[in-house]
Amino acid sequence: MRMEQWFYAVPLRLRSLFSRRQVEQELDEELQYHLERKIEEYTSQGLTPEQARHAALRSMDGLTQRKEECRDMRGVNAIDNTVRDVRYSLRVLAKSPAFTIVAIVTLALAIGANAVVFGIVNGLVLRPLNVPRAESLWGTEYGDGSGWQSYPNYVDLRDRNRSFDALAAFKFVFIGLDTGKDPALATGFATSGNYFEVLGIRPYLGRFFRSSDERGPNSAPYVVLTWAYWHTRFHEDRGVVGRTIRLDKHPFTVIGVAPPGFQGTLLFVAPDFFMPIVNQEQVDGGSVLNARGSNGGVFEAFGHLRPGVTPAQAIADVNAVGAYLAKTYPKEFGHKKCSLSRQGLTSFGGPVRAFVGGLMLLAGLILLGACANLGSLFAARAADRSREVALRLALGASRQRILRQLLTEAVLISLAGSAAGLLGSVGLLRWLSVWQPIPGVAVHVPVAPDATIYVVALVLALVSGFLFGIVPIRQVLRADPYEIVKAGPTGTAGRRITVRDTLLAVQIAICAVLVTSSLVAVRGLVRSLDSNFGFEPRNTMLASTNLAMAGYSAGEVPAMQRRMIDAMETIPGVERVGLVNAYPPLVYAAAARANVFKEEATDLRPSNAAAMPYRYDVSPDYFLAAGTVLLAGRSFSWHDDNTAPPVAVVNRGFAAAFFGSVTSAVGRYYKLQDGRRVQVVGVAADGKYMSLTEDQQPAMFLPALQTPATAFYLVVRSSRNPEHLAAAMRSKLRELDAGLPVATHSWNSLLEVVLFPSRVATMALGILGAMGAMLAMTGIFGMAAYSVSRRKRELGIRMALGAQRRQVLGAALGRAVKLLAFGSAAGLLLGMLASRVLASIVYQATPHDPLVLAGVVVAMLLLGLSATWIPAQRALAIDPLRLLREE
Amino acid sequence: MSRPSDLVQGTLDLLLLKILALEPLNGWAVSQRLRQVSGDVLQVSDGSLYPALHKLEQEGWITAEWKASENNRRAKFYSLTRLGRGQLEKEAANWARLSDAITQVVRIEEA
Repeated sequence: MRMEQWFYAVPLRLRSLFSRRQVEQELDEELQYHLERKIEEYTSQGLTPEQARHAALRSMDGLTQRKEECRDMRGVNAIDNTVRDVRYSLRVLAKSPAFTIVAIVTLALAIGANAVVFGIVNGLVLRPLNVPRAESLWGTEYGDGSGWQSYPNYVDLRDRNRSFDALAAFKFVFIGLDTGKDPALATGFATSGNYFEVLGIRPYLGRFFRSSDERGPNSAPYVVLTWAYWHTRFHEDRGVVGRTIRLDKHPFTVIGVAPPGFQGTLLFVAPDFFMPIVNQEQVDGGSVLNARGSNGGVFEAFGHLRPGVTPAQAIADVNAVGAYLAKTYPKEFGHKKCSLSRQGLTSFGGPVRAFVGGLMLLAGLILLGACANLGSLFAARAADRSREVALRLALGASRQRILRQLLTEAVLISLAGSAAGLLGSVGLLRWLSVWQPIPGVAVHVPVAPDATIYVVALVLALVSGFLFGIVPIRQVLRADPYEIVKAGPTGTAGRRITVRDTLLAVQIAICAVLVTSSLVAVRGLVRSLDSNFGFEPRNTMLASTNLAMAGYSAGEVPAMQRRMIDAMETIPGVERVGLVNAYPPLVYAAAARANVFKEEATDLRPSNAAAMPYRYDVSPDYFLAAGTVLLAGRSFSWHDDNTAPPVAVVNRGFAAAFFGSVTSAVGRYYKLQDGRRVQVVGVAADGKYMSLTEDQQPAMFLPALQTPATAFYLVVRSSRNPEHLAAAMRSKLRELDAGLPVATHSWNSLLEVVLFPSRVATMALGILGAMGAMLAMTGIFGMAAYSVSRRKRELGIRMALGAQRRQVLGAALGRAVKLLAFGSAAGLLLGMLASRVLASIVYQATPHDPLVLAGVVVAMLLLGLSATWIPAQRALAIDPLRLLREE
Repeated sequence: MSRPSDLVQGTLDLLLLKILALEPLNGWAVSQRLRQVSGDVLQVSDGSLYPALHKLEQEGWITAEWKASENNRRAKFYSLTRLGRGQLEKEAANWARLSDAITQVVRIEEA
């Protein structure tokens, strides 16, 4: 049709559709006018009025048929039919509310789960950072592969590479932020001066700091607030710009506020503020600006690739710089091959992608299961409705019209289901995006739903609607109306394997996969909660502090530490007090490694290191306070200080790898990076240091007295209520020095951070597993109920002929039970295979666990039992006499 | 849908367009005019007239409005649109070609 034609046609069609009554009335009026004129004509020819009327009607060849033809001519039949299909489908669905509700809920769950997973994928993987040209931003995975690298190495990389326009860097700082009234802990990014220039964003208020502000250590005491922090802490006070606030007692000037929506350059950590990295010494206690050997200087370096530079070229370039640095600074730097990563995901990229990919797979399985479920339900319904379909075919409906109507039903259900599912998932995503999973840590899951999720849900709804809608098509196409109407509903349930059977078996298998993996995950989590960490976190409080913030010099540190430990020991109920520099094991997933060498080694280049154990500098009582068992030798004493020969306690893994056995290790020597020869005086039990899923790692403990540090944790073991103990600890420390910043946590609460990934994984799998179980239940129920209702007559005859209850049940439900067994077995096998993937996320997740296997079998049995209970009752309640009378 | 059996498919459209091209008419008047101009050769049943008119209206070739009829009653008057004028020309040309062709065929048979 041409444009102009549309101009006439569209209004007419809309009118026919929406002002149907008026159009009908006009048609009546038009034909009535014709009739009247005709009657006038006939009467003028001499006919009686009655005769004239009959003649006029005859001349029209049937008024009603002409009207129908006129309606046909209006050409709205296609739309009309759809409207009619929808109405009819709604009527049909309303007639079986149980079926409709089950179908909608099934789909709502399945589509909702997929929408949530898509929201997560969208937020974490697809949606880049909210900055201009985010697609060309790359982070470098430098240093040890976790992203961490030393600040001098970053500076060299920044100045020597030829691939990036500019290279910015940042690390985290956790500080006390004091506005003058209410000091509070805050999380910030210490960034290179060019951070905002590289990102290319503009401040919401004031200005950002620039690379020109960097003029050496502590030269730029400026703070930029994030919009969210400005909103919550400063109540959007525009006068905050120019004000001086204190970060760990050091004065900083607030110079600007970042734009809303900019949450820093890391997906999971939303900082409260930004400060120049050249000032980090003021909040960290020690400077990292010149520490080439320390990998704690920079968390991630990132920049825009220059136009025309491919990621592969950039990787080669960065590796060349790394090789140069390793050659130039052999003592401090051992270069490993590095690559680029999507900015914001460095060091999370792999696990996040694996996790999200796994979730997508499982959610897809759920949807497939739901479709299989609904497909078999629809097929069953279509079989039940074969008489109706046959009747309609016999009355002249085309097969196409009937199929269209069946598909309309399917799509209506899937749309309703997806609307409900979407509602739930949007709510869940909103909640997730403001969720603070770990108290006190600025973890943030940026998965607020956007418009794409609605599109995805719609597409999923239509696709799944068609998927399960076409299952009964073959049945309808094959139907012979004559045979069906003649024969009535057939009582013979086919002995062949039908599409329905296959669908149900597939669906049960999928469900068993989900149940298996969620059980594996839950079991892994439970085990990891009471597994051996190598220390005993229960009843242990940690107090973190930094003497540098309170103005202590390095020389004063050991004495002050001793006084602090003594003060802790005077608290009633306290059993042991230890101290560990930097972080205790498993806290904030922060652990330092150090190169060690064989005693006889002379070339102490990093590349020649014999091992890279975790390193902890601890006080004499640390092992007792932490609950770490000494397997051989002794702990340190207060005499193991700078004047005494260097000594170490190593863990069992270290001892075995270096010296062959625990007993042979004591008294032996090895060398540190700085060349010091260290004697092993004791061997401690193995433990976990960085993450729960790590393989057994070597670790060494050195006396804190021999390398005093200003930032450390006190480890206090007691029999007291941790809350009261924390208050007592803080007041005791304040007595010693009121200006000392102290944060107290129980060791267990800090383990939340390392347990977080497996918690999330377990939660997600648990939910998906429960959904899978529900799906299987509705599937088996549907199948069993259907087979009982179809074979009522046959069962009645069997009973009349003297069949026992057992035989009746066998006949009615045998097939469902067989399918259940078959599907479960297949699913269990697949689930065990799938669980290997799980083992990388959930600590101690293993499918080769009799408890898990038994759990799956019991769960599937219970599911089958509960799903077939009602149909079984129905089969047993059949009264053969009544049934035969009815026929 | 029934069509007048004695009319070549599509010719009714042409006839109606031609009649309406002369002046806007209501359905009754169209039926009178048809009988009048073609003598009684072209028998168009009154019943087939209205579906045909409605179809032309849907195609956008004619447009309808309610007006007072010659005996001062409300009636639906159809008139040709610009599109309809174009369609009339096209169908008229088609008809000419067709009738020429048929005439020739008939002559061949005579010879």
